[in-house]
Amino acid sequence: MDQLTWTGALGPYLNPVLMAAIAVAVVAFALQVLRTFLRLVFRLSGVQMVPEAGPPAPGHSAPLDTADYLRLAMNLAFKVALAVVLIYLAAGIVLQGPAKGIIGHISTLYLPVWIALIITFALSMKFKRRLGLYGKLFDSSIGMIGFGIVMFWVFTAIFADLLVTADPLTTLSGMKNKPPGTPLPDGTYWYLLGGDNLARDVYSRMVLGAREVLKIAPAATLFAFMVGITLGLPSGYFGGKLDTVLAFISNLVLAFPVILLFYLLVTPEMVETGIPMYMAAVLFIFPVLFMIVLFNSRFHTQPPKRNLYVAITVVVGLWLYSGLAFNADPLGLVSMQPNILIVFVSVVFVNSPTVYRIVRGLALDIQTRDYVAAAQTRGEGPWYIMLWEILPNARGPLIVDFCLRIGYTTILLGTLGFFGLGVSPESPDWGSTINAGRRLLSIAPHPAVVPALALMSLVLGLNLLADGLREESLKD
Amino acid sequence: MLMFLLRRLGLMLLTALCLTFIVFLLTNLPPNLEKLAKSEASARMDDAQVASWLERNGYEQPVLIRYGEWLGVVPGWTRTDDDGKLRGRCVASGDTAETAPRYCGILQGDWGFSTVFKDEVSTIVAKRLGLTAWLMGAVMLLMVPAALLIGVLAGMKEGSRLDRSLSTVSIASTATPEYVSGVIFIAIFASSAVGLKWFSGTATSAMDHITFKNFTLPVVTIALYGIGYIARMTRASMTEVMTAQYIRTARLKGVSFPQIVMRHALRNALIAPFTVIMLQFPWLLNGVVIVETLFNYKGFGFTLVEAAGNNDIELLLACSVVAVFVVLVTQLISDIGYVFLNPRIRIS
Repeated sequence: MDQLTWTGALGPYLNPVLMAAIAVAVVAFALQVLRTFLRLVFRLSGVQMVPEAGPPAPGHSAPLDTADYLRLAMNLAFKVALAVVLIYLAAGIVLQGPAKGIIGHISTLYLPVWIALIITFALSMKFKRRLGLYGKLFDSSIGMIGFGIVMFWVFTAIFADLLVTADPLTTLSGMKNKPPGTPLPDGTYWYLLGGDNLARDVYSRMVLGAREVLKIAPAATLFAFMVGITLGLPSGYFGGKLDTVLAFISNLVLAFPVILLFYLLVTPEMVETGIPMYMAAVLFIFPVLFMIVLFNSRFHTQPPKRNLYVAITVVVGLWLYSGLAFNADPLGLVSMQPNILIVFVSVVFVNSPTVYRIVRGLALDIQTRDYVAAAQTRGEGPWYIMLWEILPNARGPLIVDFCLRIGYTTILLGTLGFFGLGVSPESPDWGSTINAGRRLLSIAPHPAVVPALALMSLVLGLNLLADGLREESLKD
Repeated sequence: MLMFLLRRLGLMLLTALCLTFIVFLLTNLPPNLEKLAKSEASARMDDAQVASWLERNGYEQPVLIRYGEWLGVVPGWTRTDDDGKLRGRCVASGDTAETAPRYCGILQGDWGFSTVFKDEVSTIVAKRLGLTAWLMGAVMLLMVPAALLIGVLAGMKEGSRLDRSLSTVSIASTATPEYVSGVIFIAIFASSAVGLKWFSGTATSAMDHITFKNFTLPVVTIALYGIGYIARMTRASMTEVMTAQYIRTARLKGVSFPQIVMRHALRNALIAPFTVIMLQFPWLLNGVVIVETLFNYKGFGFTLVEAAGNNDIELLLACSVVAVFVVLVTQLISDIGYVFLNPRIRIS
């Protein structure tokens, strides 16, 4: 079998078009920025420019000036480039055999992801008026792009088993550091994105890396939020000694350089001492407490209902708690490897003080509102007010921060992998793959660049999503 | 104001003590000490030999006492060996019980001895900090003006096309951690296989003399991650100022737009970014560690990684003191600077 090219049979025709379009877009964008900048400088230094045209008279359209031409050129070029990329993706599925190219092959493999994405978007667009904040997201193009990127990686993680072409740990002799599109020695398939320095498939490791990252990052962020909320609400609401002590502790953790903390906490020696288990025991109890207090404060006037909810929470919570924190699940279903646990715990530990600060600030702000005073007059308990009056009204900023923080957690996980801390060397997660690939960057850049781009796009998607959410939640 | 300063300083001291104690505790856990004993004496010692080695070298005392010794507020341990020679924390070879100093901790300026680099900790840290200072200085020179320019341009007219594109650029830059941008930059600009070969992929030679070729990539890599964040904060502050009453008054009076930006808005809009830039220092430390490892520039971050990776207790403690000091001092400066820059805030 032959070496695959990136774009396959369509490449020779469409590549020049793509290149030209990108070049035009970049030049137009640069000129536009330069023009704005120069105008500013000229006006600041007092040089008289041609006055800007006023609004056009009714019935006449304003004559186009340079800025409009630049804008038009940029938009057009951008659309052409986008169209070419879409053609590559779509044609890759339709074409057969070697005509597909690397992009075509990956696009074909990603068919389940494309379908899932299309269904998600179609359903969301259809019912967007009934979906609250999530539906409003589809009014903002930035938010939609971000959501699309994030869902792309989520579906990649879900369908990872269908998407991989090789076992992530199998090494094949002769494939070491081979460039993207190299056929296997037995001619059955290709290493679509090349081989790494141990002759493993970079593409399959990237796909499974998405699963590794998305297994830990959102869950760790959720735990950090539970801890931050459970401590931040009373701290802001009650104030006093409790607030002083908690604020001091959170400042202490925040003043700790993250890298140093990771190097001290995430070591095999530390696992030996059992400290991660104690930390997990402390940190993981917060979600259980949170849920119990949440139900108790709401339903304590209806004892049967309260007892039912609290009992379910206690049973399920303690079952998960024993499994996750102590690896002692009586049913043997839930468990966490010690080296993953320490990574998880340290990421939660680093993130929760920041969440605590945000929640505390929000609680301080919201508790002066009239509806809180009304609840106090009604004789509601403090926990009811905190969890059912203050927290729901603080949800906007918290949801936005949640998205941003998943991205930040992903970056932290990558940092841990980059320094080879915690995760096993064979693990396909993006941080350790970058770490393994960076030593040979000057000879074979692809083993490091592929996971680097994957990590960057996921974090970018989350940031754009957060930006879109912020914009839309500010509108009401 | 004086009371505020004193209280802040007291709190800072307390924080520093707590943090160094935590680092001390974590580096002196039994498994770490066992590793230290095995690497210092012999790798094939059994448990009893390890215990006796630890006892002979003063590691068996309670952690608090040893923390006091390290600080220099508790007298260093001494013992007389079976052959009558005096040994102790503060005893150099040739000292007798009379000539040896009683205290030797960081308060006396004695930072200890590095087991990895076989040198005085103070000399190592001073040399490495000097190297990192060059890197940090260059990063600041690039990052601060670029970020402020982007932020101000974007915040001048909220929602304009320029604002949208610059905001997207800054979001993209905050989404690119140093180990991603560094890897991509090396692949594009320094890789011998496919790259442009404009710059050098390692900064080892920059330790002796800095050139444009060997120093650009590390500096740009660190700066890029910080630019986005500072620019977004500047933009937020700028948009807030631009909607203020006095700006509207100025516009209605017919002051030209550039005049408004330069004369009226900029000064007030730059107060918030100042604190953000100051608080950015601890994050820069993160970036410095990653970039120095990636580009093999043997500065402070590289030392920290080496010390932590090889369980070099005294060097690691010194590194954490420096790191914690940087964090706390920048926090203090940002608080004080905020009060000075913003006349609307008065500390009673």
